[in-house]
Amino acid sequence: MATATVALAQVPADRRRWRVPWTAIAVIMVVAAIGLGIVVGPAGPTWWRIPLALLDRLPLISIDSGVTETEWNIVWQVRMPRVVLGALVGATLSIAGASYQGVFRNPLVDPYLLGAAAGAGLGATLVFTVLRSATAGWPIQPAPAAAFLFAVVTVFVTYVVGASFGGLRTGVTLVLAGVAVTSLATAVQTFLLQRNVEVVREVYAWILGRLSSAKWSDVRLILPYVVVSTVVLLLHRRHLDLFRVGEDEATTLGAPVARVRLVVVAAATLGTAAVVSVSGLIAFVGIVVPHVVRLLAGASYRRLLPLSLLFGAAFLVLADIPGRILTDPAETPIGVVTAFLGAPFFIIVLRTRANR
Amino acid sequence: MYIAGALVGAILFAACGDDEPAAESTVATTAAAATTSTAAATTTAAPESTETAGSVDGTDTPGDEPQRIVSISPTATEMLFAIGAGGQVIAVDDQSNYPPEAEPVMTDLSSFEPNVEAIAGYEPDLVVTSGNPGLTEQLGSLDIEVWEGPAAVTFGDAYAQIEQLGAITGHVAEAAELVANMQTDIEEIAGTIPPTEVPLTVYHELDDTLFSVTSSTFIGEVYSTLGLQNIADQVEGDTGGYPQLSAEFVISADPDLIFLADTKCCGQNLETVAARPGWADMQAVVDGNVFAMDDDIASRWGPRVVDYAQAVADAVSEALVPAGG
Repeated sequence: MATATVALAQVPADRRRWRVPWTAIAVIMVVAAIGLGIVVGPAGPTWWRIPLALLDRLPLISIDSGVTETEWNIVWQVRMPRVVLGALVGATLSIAGASYQGVFRNPLVDPYLLGAAAGAGLGATLVFTVLRSATAGWPIQPAPAAAFLFAVVTVFVTYVVGASFGGLRTGVTLVLAGVAVTSLATAVQTFLLQRNVEVVREVYAWILGRLSSAKWSDVRLILPYVVVSTVVLLLHRRHLDLFRVGEDEATTLGAPVARVRLVVVAAATLGTAAVVSVSGLIAFVGIVVPHVVRLLAGASYRRLLPLSLLFGAAFLVLADIPGRILTDPAETPIGVVTAFLGAPFFIIVLRTRANR
Repeated sequence: MYIAGALVGAILFAACGDDEPAAESTVATTAAAATTSTAAATTTAAPESTETAGSVDGTDTPGDEPQRIVSISPTATEMLFAIGAGGQVIAVDDQSNYPPEAEPVMTDLSSFEPNVEAIAGYEPDLVVTSGNPGLTEQLGSLDIEVWEGPAAVTFGDAYAQIEQLGAITGHVAEAAELVANMQTDIEEIAGTIPPTEVPLTVYHELDDTLFSVTSSTFIGEVYSTLGLQNIADQVEGDTGGYPQLSAEFVISADPDLIFLADTKCCGQNLETVAARPGWADMQAVVDGNVFAMDDDIASRWGPRVVDYAQAVADAVSEALVPAGG
């Protein structure tokens, strides 16, 4: 609540203050993060050889980069997909989080609010347990597919339940329905795990947020969903600004509140479900990145959504670097790093802004 | 959702204690417990069983031995049957799937979420677990004796547990014989490994997120005993023996041999490993030196470690044939 008040108070200040070129800064950060992400790692060639090797792969350019076949494999097949996937996941979770926060007018909301995460977990668990033999012959990897499907279905169920009781004029019923449906999905999942102890490890490894197993095929798999989701959300950013004044007021101003909420939730869910299906549950990003952006650049969704997208990409790519080298050659889970980097940074930003 | 995640985590850690000591929290207790179990054999046993364990030194008091043993530890089940105490076992848990002689007493008792009432329903005079303080306390309040054999960190821990079980069940001689046989067998197997100029390097995989084992684990000791060099040993700092390696590291370390202990858990094999990004050109993959191991044997610290050592030795000789001529 306090955050919401602060955010609203900033609206006039936005216009008075000298405008920091946040978009430019964000773009530079994304480029820098990706560059750093590609050259830093526990193995592979010396860092300065990597840009040469990449240039060498371009048509008509031939440079002797001195990178061996194994080193090239490490960079191109292991590290690059990880960096690119990290950027996509971070961007999607951040913009989805910001959109959810806008549409529910609640600063504590994350993209998993309506059951996307619980649904994804349940879908993957089903594949690893009762559906193991049934899905064995699938042409695509069954776990991500089921996770995606169940994430979408779970949010759809939440929406139907919420709509049938409270109507869609207010978001509160929807949030409550989300809590109920999430608990139900989690309960089913826990029951399945209890019945199938031997797969607990596998399911757990899958659910834990991770970029370490990223492949180019993962990137190709989620890219269409991420693009569609992002475009739809960006197109609705002005509508989300209307939500800030209140649902009733927005209706009075002629905004189609229920329809906008449906479209935004659907788009944000699509993107979230896609990234969760390949990277598991990476917590924290969807809440913290939009808030940091809000504190830095103001609360207007016209700027918040694109900036969240960019900062989210940069944040997750950067957060993945310590995961790779901190305990080299062991991995540190990305969830640990996002919380360790994100939480103190968030507090610092909060303090700095409060002191002004 | 985060609570749910934590819950799943907690459950997993609990589960790992039984079968696969790969989680840090488990490892902490394991390490602590293992030190005590080698030092003082009775520390890990419940207070009630101290009396029984007191007859370790051959003072046979016939009739005193438990005749209605319930085992909810797959490793302990294997140990009990191997020392000839199988006849005293009346029920084993749902994960105990070996030896075949245990089949008549296999039940759906859960070692993952042990149910005290279900266990007590068998009217056991001894319950054998892999370490579960809450369960021990509950069974203790029902005056049921408990023996705990937590995940072993060294061969010595496992031998000590076999000897303890021998003492408790009245099979001291058989237990001693089993331990002696295991020791000689492993020595002999190690002797069959032809010496190489540079030790062969090995990567042991616990699951497809690249959790591995160092030499300071029970299964890691198999590799070091056979003179193999474990790439996971390059991880510095306290990893609890079960570090999660980065793919970049495994690829660049390019181990001579890859042992997959995730064939059941995660359905891994040479083909799935070769299909991983960047793995196809690894020497072990190109030469076909990727070996599917039995997850169960690899995650237990029982008598079948000898079989595991033999399988590793076979893999080594198979790997050396094309290279050495």
